[in-house]
Amino acid sequence: MNMLAQMSRKHRAWLAFAALAMLLLSLPFITDALLGRGWVRILDFALLYIVLALGLNIVVGYAGLLDLGYIAFFAVGAYCYALLGSPQFGLHLPFWIVLPAGALLAGFFGVLLGAPTLKLRGDYLAIVTLGFGEIIRIFLNNLNAPLNITNGPQGISMIDPIRIGEFSLASTHELFGLTFPSVHLHYYLFLCITLLVIFVSLRLEDSRIGRAWMAIREDEVAAAAMGINTRNIKLLAFAMGATFGGAAGGLFAGFQGFVSPESFGLTESIMVLCMVVLGGMGNIGGVVFGGVLLVLLPEALRHGAGPVQQALFGKMFIDPESLRMLLFGLALIAVMLWRPAGLWPSRQRRRELSADDDAAQRGTVYDAAK
Amino acid sequence: MDIFLQQIINGLVQGSIYALVALGYTMVYGILGLINFAHGEVVMIGAMVALSVSLLLIGSGLPPLLVLLIALMVAAAVCMVLGYGIERLAYRPLRNAPRLAPLITAIGVSIVLQNLAMIIWGREYHAFPALLPNSSHLLAGAIINEVQIIIVLVATAMMAGLMLLVHRTRLGRAMRAVAENPSAAALMGVNPNAVISITFMMGAALAAVAGIMVSANYGIVHYYMGSILGLKAFTAAVLGGIGNLRGAMLGGLLLGLIESLGAGYIGDLTGGFFGSHYQDVFAFLVLIVVLVFRPAGLLGERVADRA
Amino acid sequence: MSHSQPPLLLTVFFAATLAACDKAEPPATSPTTDELLVKIGASSPLTGPQAHIGKDNENGTRMAIAEANAKGITLSGKKVRFELISEDDQADPKTATIVAQKLVDAKVSGIIGHLNSGTSIPASRIYSDNGIPQISPSATAVTYTAQGFKTAFRVMANDGQQGKVLGEYAAKNLAAGKIAVIDDRTAYGQGLAAEFVKAALASGAQIVAHEYTNDKAVDFTAVLTSIKGKKPDLVFFGGMDPQGVPLVKQMKALRLNAKFMMGDGGYTPKLIELAGAAAEGVYASLPGVPPDQMPGGKGFSQRYEAKYQQPIQLYAPYCYDAVNVMIAAMQKADSAEPAKYLPELAKIEYDGVTAKITFDQKGDLKGGAITLYQVQQGKWQPLQTMGGSAPATVH
Repeated sequence: MNMLAQMSRKHRAWLAFAALAMLLLSLPFITDALLGRGWVRILDFALLYIVLALGLNIVVGYAGLLDLGYIAFFAVGAYCYALLGSPQFGLHLPFWIVLPAGALLAGFFGVLLGAPTLKLRGDYLAIVTLGFGEIIRIFLNNLNAPLNITNGPQGISMIDPIRIGEFSLASTHELFGLTFPSVHLHYYLFLCITLLVIFVSLRLEDSRIGRAWMAIREDEVAAAAMGINTRNIKLLAFAMGATFGGAAGGLFAGFQGFVSPESFGLTESIMVLCMVVLGGMGNIGGVVFGGVLLVLLPEALRHGAGPVQQALFGKMFIDPESLRMLLFGLALIAVMLWRPAGLWPSRQRRRELSADDDAAQRGTVYDAAK
Repeated sequence: MDIFLQQIINGLVQGSIYALVALGYTMVYGILGLINFAHGEVVMIGAMVALSVSLLLIGSGLPPLLVLLIALMVAAAVCMVLGYGIERLAYRPLRNAPRLAPLITAIGVSIVLQNLAMIIWGREYHAFPALLPNSSHLLAGAIINEVQIIIVLVATAMMAGLMLLVHRTRLGRAMRAVAENPSAAALMGVNPNAVISITFMMGAALAAVAGIMVSANYGIVHYYMGSILGLKAFTAAVLGGIGNLRGAMLGGLLLGLIESLGAGYIGDLTGGFFGSHYQDVFAFLVLIVVLVFRPAGLLGERVADRA
Repeated sequence: MSHSQPPLLLTVFFAATLAACDKAEPPATSPTTDELLVKIGASSPLTGPQAHIGKDNENGTRMAIAEANAKGITLSGKKVRFELISEDDQADPKTATIVAQKLVDAKVSGIIGHLNSGTSIPASRIYSDNGIPQISPSATAVTYTAQGFKTAFRVMANDGQQGKVLGEYAAKNLAAGKIAVIDDRTAYGQGLAAEFVKAALASGAQIVAHEYTNDKAVDFTAVLTSIKGKKPDLVFFGGMDPQGVPLVKQMKALRLNAKFMMGDGGYTPKLIELAGAAAEGVYASLPGVPPDQMPGGKGFSQRYEAKYQQPIQLYAPYCYDAVNVMIAAMQKADSAEPAKYLPELAKIEYDGVTAKITFDQKGDLKGGAITLYQVQQGKWQPLQTMGGSAPATVH
């Protein structure tokens, strides 16, 4: 009897897994049929942002280091891809070299950023990382003279599409009797990368390193006393997060076919941070959810703001496009007020929070250690 | 030499503007340990309200300075209500939440204020009427005009006034007590919530002053003006040691000087390899170097002497 | 904006909402069977720092479409009703590709946009893949039409064309021997300034300083002070009017007595309104010929102001022309099918509000005339139209 129940539970898990897999595999086709191809492209971007958010989650969520310049690593990855696979230098290296190269280079930049900021905490770290992000963007924007490296503000166009062997993701393919347009193909590639990143994140979470990160997040001094090499562990967090960001950047460059510095501004860093915090810092499911939500929400509002107004009041009071970002801002506030720890916080964090309720009003008003 | 002096003046004026905004960041940070990321947008709202009021009154025959004063009062009042509302709605419910939660609501508030301003005042740039005397004076070959002198004086006066308030008044003592330990302060008969509300309102009134000074100096206002100003001022506040009033002033002036001297001389010093387009790189590098050696900013001390 | 500013936030809020709903178009009626519905897509930044120019673009496009509908155009025997689908691309390259895909999904027959080069370039790939003609009213980067896409056109001179005219005019006509250049490090400002420098050097001028700023800056005293030390005859700024205004005012305040010149980003009524007396004597260029000299150009700005209760910001006439060129090509092909009217578009000759529009094989404006203007007695006065400049070479 007991065995049977266990079997069926296992069975049920498998069934759920299979259903999820089927859903993820057929999602671009369902979306295309119901909502149009534009939404498949939005899904592609959602996957890219999930990779970014998971990368930032390592730095902010696990290690507790507030990074406001994370998009710089995305930029490094994107430009690395663009420079090695475009007419800019006449280099057309294959995808499987360019993408890891971008990820590694971004990882190196992560260490570069991490090294001088080891002593800094909280808000001071935030402003330095913000500055670092701006520095990278300014260099990308200005390195067209005296030596033209990045083509400056004009950006790099005609970037090679992602090509695996002879199989180019930029054109439509017929496979197994189905038609796969370019956005669908990118979806499957990005899905693979996203799943890989989720897998790595999951493994990291329960590893020695992951626990060391969390120890540092909770109490750096205690962590050091326990024999954790805080310097190396922090640098590793920066490098690991940056590597994910760099990989996402490479995919972005190949997908868009064009990169320019304006894609890598401070608002992008803030958006990714919002995904991590809103979804639930330190919880992979929450971060994934946050990424999906913040990519889809502005696009859904693009369609919703006008018609909903029309339906409610019978006419347009405010331009729908002005209202769109307004509602987005209100949504950010509302979600944080409703669920301060994020929509789907990690279990440990939820425990901490409820424990804090008993000991409310201790220390400073906003407890900086949390 | 007159060029160098001119650059110093440019830097001091720009720096005073940063300092005015930075004081608002520091007031709030000093008492709550919270970066009020929406502060730059409150500055913008202050400027916009002042614009509306002065446009309404400018035809009435009142002397320009009186118009400015009324505009300032209205703008300060609106900003104070706004500041109170922001604290009440977006920050107070999150006092025991994870540290990053109020950061996200602050970003949300910024987006809301920006888009609200776009809906109310339109998408275009507006000319801010010249209400302050604007004639220029020659000073050893360099030029300074009266608006600029007023800005430097106002920033200095604001800092001095806040210092007096924090260190010499009952309210100031209550603020310091809340900053130190809100529950202990409450036991001593201080109402922490009221003190925090007052701090936010003072920060917002400061923002209104800063908004008007910025608009008077550049003669142009736009709903997007707050974000970049807020960012620069935040940098200045951290450079000086956030939470410290003298630090905000020092950080602001220093950042202004770094920017103007950087933009003015970096090209000649590096033989044209780096130009004025690396001005912000230069500013951030100085910030990073300062923080590496003094992790809490120039005048910052971890806990003591806040606000 | 048309509405004044009462002091109370709420009152203003309602004034704005009322003004906004005044402007709203009447809801579309469903097409009858003998009516052909043709969708035109448009995209520009409608939120963010460039929203004022983006909205102006949308207005120009909307006006042309309303007029075409009022005129009653028939294609293959059916009366056509044009419908505008306008999307906000936030001046962000990523959002631009999402918008592009969305417009393609909506089965638009053509695209008017995008405003910026940084959004036009990545979006052009998607339009090209789907064979949909795209006419940008305002993207100036040479790259946009140099990618080899058959569907990419513009009714605006590119940086090469405009920078060349400006540089030659500065060096020769204005006899500026020593020139200082400032650019705002955007694709537009940097591209224009680079071409200006090339042409000015070729015409014998000397570049005594090249300084930089950004498209959010308001304080230029540091770079202007440094320029003042180099004693230039003329300062050229590659950028838009929000920076041009404080820049020229600060020039005057610092008593830097040099001529001041901008590209099309400076030719706006706002520049005069905001800079006041400091605007006097400023030079700016605008692709095309002065509107009064074009048939149909004369009444354009009045019609625009009557419709939207505000003056033209900048590119609305180009959007207007872009729509009309597209419709003219459809009429020639007697079809709104992209594949059918695209060849007609490529070889069209059309008298627009801004210029006589023909495209070269890349999709650039052929031999586009460029007019130089100067602010005189608080008004933009045309100085000289320089026509038939050779198309720029790609660098």
